[in-house]
Amino acid sequence: MAWFRKDKKPLTAQGRRDVPKDVFDKCPGCGEICYRERLGKNLNICPNCNHHMRISVEAYLSILLDKGTFEELNEDLSASDPLGFSDQKSYPERIASAEAKGKNEAVVTGTGTLDGIDITIAVMDFQFIGGSMGSVVGEKIYRVADTAREAKVPLVIVSASGGARMQEGIYSLMQMAKTSAALSRLHDEAIPFVSILTHPTTGGVTASYAMLGDVNLAEPGALIGFAGPRVIEETIKQELPQGFQSAEFVRDHGMVDRVVDRRELKDTVATILRHQYAGWDT
Amino acid sequence: MSKRPTLHLAFERDIVEIQAQISKLLDLAERRDLDVTEEIEGLSGRLELLKQQTYENLEPMQQVQVARHPSRPYTLDYVERMFTDWVELRGDRTFRDDEAIVGGWARLREHSVMVLGQQKGRDMKENLRRNFGMPHPEGYRKALRLMRQAEKFGRPVIIFIDTPGAYPGVGSEERGIGEAIAFNLREMFRLRVPLISAVIGEGMSGGALGIGITDKILMLEHAIYSVISPEGCAAILWRSADRKEEAARALKLTAHDLLEMGVCDQVIPEPSGGAHSDWDEVAHALEEVLYDTLSGLSKLPPKQLIESRRSKYNSIGAWREA
Repeated sequence: MAWFRKDKKPLTAQGRRDVPKDVFDKCPGCGEICYRERLGKNLNICPNCNHHMRISVEAYLSILLDKGTFEELNEDLSASDPLGFSDQKSYPERIASAEAKGKNEAVVTGTGTLDGIDITIAVMDFQFIGGSMGSVVGEKIYRVADTAREAKVPLVIVSASGGARMQEGIYSLMQMAKTSAALSRLHDEAIPFVSILTHPTTGGVTASYAMLGDVNLAEPGALIGFAGPRVIEETIKQELPQGFQSAEFVRDHGMVDRVVDRRELKDTVATILRHQYAGWDT
Repeated sequence: MSKRPTLHLAFERDIVEIQAQISKLLDLAERRDLDVTEEIEGLSGRLELLKQQTYENLEPMQQVQVARHPSRPYTLDYVERMFTDWVELRGDRTFRDDEAIVGGWARLREHSVMVLGQQKGRDMKENLRRNFGMPHPEGYRKALRLMRQAEKFGRPVIIFIDTPGAYPGVGSEERGIGEAIAFNLREMFRLRVPLISAVIGEGMSGGALGIGITDKILMLEHAIYSVISPEGCAAILWRSADRKEEAARALKLTAHDLLEMGVCDQVIPEPSGGAHSDWDEVAHALEEVLYDTLSGLSKLPPKQLIESRRSKYNSIGAWREA
């Protein structure tokens, strides 16, 4: 009767089990605990609820471009501090701590092939000061659009941004104009531009290049809008309805053409580009 | 009798006091048939000096207050003073007429021009109609419709900028305020006629820029142009709207800042005491500059006009390149 003599341990409150940070990720959509390695193979899409979690710039480049074809352009451009701006932290300090994460600005630009089609590409990085658009983002977008125009190849931009970078004052606002000027040239010469909006795309980026695609595509569930939801709630003194400013909402209101699953992004873009220009058919 | 009190800002109190003294004295003189010339002269001298001193040394946040002054002339006040043959045109032909942006044909001396601008209301009733000068998407679409009409008939466009921003509301987002502004930005770079903008009050963010892509950007001396309001900037970066003075200083949003940064092409001096102290004088000063600017631009062929408009904006910004 061994079990009879066994000392019973008193019940103790079990500490909350933390998900080991480097092995599992918790889905922000449904709370499902996902094995990171498998999640990565699924392009960071939750297998349970299809929530599209954030992925890196490199991940977008590898999803969209053919292997080994990416060549970066203008990687040496970095922010200066034209206003001598300082709030609780100085702007150069903010840049330095953002740079410590590995990138030198909120957009990476370059060239590559997408399903064999030569393209120019820009991918924004939300991790760098909220993907905010300052002079460098404006200049890099301008230059990559110019490359597209000179080489007569399509432009694809993957946006993720909180809007203009306040620390650069009026210069940041004017990047909306500058990037739109570049796109007006592309438009004149019938160079295709496909805009891909990811979570979140708001403010000055929405009100400039992100909405100017010949075709606008959005990832499922992405927040897309001009004013952020908090600003709107403060203005109208009302709670916003569920799903307001989601990619699906924005599509249903006519501002983006399609909501596309990340796994189908490359095929969708390739098909569109082939329709737009017979020259890439061969 | 309910007479609307003269609106004034805190730092204008002494100015308003002297003005009151002058009018009281004049009133008294008339009733009692007195000669007060000397007293009036003295007071007027003091008033001028005080106005000058006050307005020459405005803090950035005070500049913001002047730019938003409720007695400041708005777009239609300039239209009334500068143009003849005004015919307002309304509606975006798609959804409705947005009265936060007004537009129409007008004549500036010998030139027929299309005039556009954000329009604030003078009282609560008008402000509700005009949404405090905060346009919805249909306002931007109306503006583009009118600009294209101007292009069709080879007429230049004159644009008055004065808005706290595009309206952040549910309908605004549903009808694509981001797209409406973006589309205007691109299309304004393609218009084959001269475009001139004058910031007459507050030029706030994308809501201002949405009708602001022009060959020349003029600013009144006390107007402001910024990526975000000082209150909004303070709320985000300082986490308290009370720090708006610091934010206003940091943002560099005055006309002289913008001139220095190469965004604004010309600053137009305001009468001492600000535009609200003499609507006719400021309208006259602006008219002169607009006329000269227009005459200069009218000589350029469309291709060159578009090319230099694009390169003007292309050169704005500051970065390092290793």
